[in-house]
Amino acid sequence: MATSSAPGTDLSTEISDALLGEAVELPPGLGPWRLAWRRLRRNRVALFFGGVFLLILVLCLLAPVYAKHIAHQGPAAENITGTVKVGGKAKDVVSTTGIPVGPTWHSRYFLGADENGRDVAVRLLYGGRNSLEIGFVATAITIFFGLLVGVLAGYFRGITDGIITRVLDVIWAFPAVLLGVTLGVSLALGGIGPLHGNTLMVPAVVVGVVYIPYVGKPVRGQVLGLREREFIDAARQQGLSHARIMFSEILPNLGSTIVVFVPLILANAILLEAGLSYLGAGVQPPNPSWGTMIADGIRTIPAAFHNVLVPGIMLVLAVMSINVFGDGLRDALDPRSKVRIAR
Amino acid sequence: MLAFAIRRLLSMIAVMFVVSVLTFLLLAAIPNGDPALRLAGRLATADQIHEIRVKYGFDKPIYVQYVRTMKNIFTGQAYSYTQGFNVTSEIKQGLPATVSLALGAGVLWLFASILVGTLAAIKAGKYTDRVLTVLAMMGVSFPPFFLGAVLIYFLGYKANIFPLGGYVKLTSNPAQWFTHLILPWVTLSVLFIGFYSRVLRSTILETQSQDYVRTAQAKGLSSRQVLIRHILRNSLIPIIALWGLDLAQVIGGGAILTESVYNLHGVGQLAADSIAKLDIIPILAVVLLTAFAVVLIAALTDIMYAFLDPRIRLT
Repeated sequence: MATSSAPGTDLSTEISDALLGEAVELPPGLGPWRLAWRRLRRNRVALFFGGVFLLILVLCLLAPVYAKHIAHQGPAAENITGTVKVGGKAKDVVSTTGIPVGPTWHSRYFLGADENGRDVAVRLLYGGRNSLEIGFVATAITIFFGLLVGVLAGYFRGITDGIITRVLDVIWAFPAVLLGVTLGVSLALGGIGPLHGNTLMVPAVVVGVVYIPYVGKPVRGQVLGLREREFIDAARQQGLSHARIMFSEILPNLGSTIVVFVPLILANAILLEAGLSYLGAGVQPPNPSWGTMIADGIRTIPAAFHNVLVPGIMLVLAVMSINVFGDGLRDALDPRSKVRIAR
Repeated sequence: MLAFAIRRLLSMIAVMFVVSVLTFLLLAAIPNGDPALRLAGRLATADQIHEIRVKYGFDKPIYVQYVRTMKNIFTGQAYSYTQGFNVTSEIKQGLPATVSLALGAGVLWLFASILVGTLAAIKAGKYTDRVLTVLAMMGVSFPPFFLGAVLIYFLGYKANIFPLGGYVKLTSNPAQWFTHLILPWVTLSVLFIGFYSRVLRSTILETQSQDYVRTAQAKGLSSRQVLIRHILRNSLIPIIALWGLDLAQVIGGGAILTESVYNLHGVGQLAADSIAKLDIIPILAVVLLTAFAVVLIAALTDIMYAFLDPRIRLT
């Protein structure tokens, strides 16, 4: 348990120090965000994994540079008949029996080839770019619409709340993967309206929609509590419009909730995209994504297991680093989590 | 009490209806392009296309198509468009594998997560807790199809301990049934153990600061008694509710990724195999089955809660 000797780890520390009449180490009026940052800074594990995720992100963004200057090969370039030098000897990229070469640890085919003779390392980075892009777009969609419906339902209550809650309940009734599959199957090829089929935006929208209730419901609950508070009353007495109250009085108070939700949704969105792509209802070939790469690799088990292992490890590493960082963030932002912060 | 139960069941039926309409619209109405054209293939003549259109009722208004499809599914007359089989009998054939997967994994993940979650809560802040936290984080980060592939490769192909997938009927060979299901059970459970143990850990920590726990301690009960009789008993309620919903989802075919990587030929795999062929009727049936199972269990859970705790009925 945290003791009062660890300053900045807990809101109650500040108060108990003041009550005891000891020298208060924290300047008065230190905002909740600063306090949270202090707590997060102490959590080395969370920071480390946050760094790991940033590294993965930067590497994936540099995919074109890697393809052009190091691997000298694009993500879709097939090379079934070519050879590659491994330890001074020329070796078939894809053997005559159809088995792709494993990691060469040289600039070309650093992590080996897939069954079409494509460079796994290049595809890993391009695939990561796609997976992360879908993850971020989906998270933005989820957070935006989750906030919108949650705030509207919680603020107006009554019929608005009734309708929104029912709709969210219906979406909630579908297991995430199956709703994703349903939407993915119906949209993957044809698209709908401005959403064109066969693009990355289809899985991004699908994944984003699936998670809206997971944000909308808790936000609604929080807004129901917030709207009864004095400062909202004060704003109403001043004659502020509903939109103004929602935007500048309620929204800022949801800040820490949103910050906690972003990594949670991002991690799950990347996982769901991988699952959908594995099933064929997400990213469509020849676009690479970690999910499609694993699916392709599973078909070549046991001959070339690096085709499963390489994208799989990258996927787990990315998702796990987001999760651990997000967990640290949650601890830092939620002053009630009294445990596990004293370090 | 009875009035509450009836109201809850009526709203359940309403949700099921909306779910079925939504699923139908999503799968049958949204996809661009004429389904008859897709079914007829590339070389079809206009007459053939017309024939298919009439045969499957694509020329009728959408609500007629909805009623017809639902009637077919619930009376066991629904046939797959592209694969030709009877969807209801396929689901019936897949159910034993899916239920075997669900029940075994359900027991495993429930007990494992109670163990892990309680241990983490007792050791909160200590080294054990931190290790368990990282492990739980790893658990929720593993996609089942990747974990499955890794286990199949190392324990199946390399070490030759476990079979490479497939399902053996319990009635035909119980030992084989068991060995074929161990890896799927573990694979499916890992994700849930990671998630549940985190939920349980925080619930226990919250419960620990309740007044009745202090009372129990004050009257001199041992910490083990306080933990088991007072803390765990209350902390387990949300876990059990969650467990019911997740189990319903898996029984309905929701473990689609695990089933397909292990080739279990269950309900979930029926949907998974139909995705690539864009065969909507099996997908429709499986999604409906899963959603219905979830909605039903959710309603029963609510009614049970109301039965156990009269305060809930008021809200």
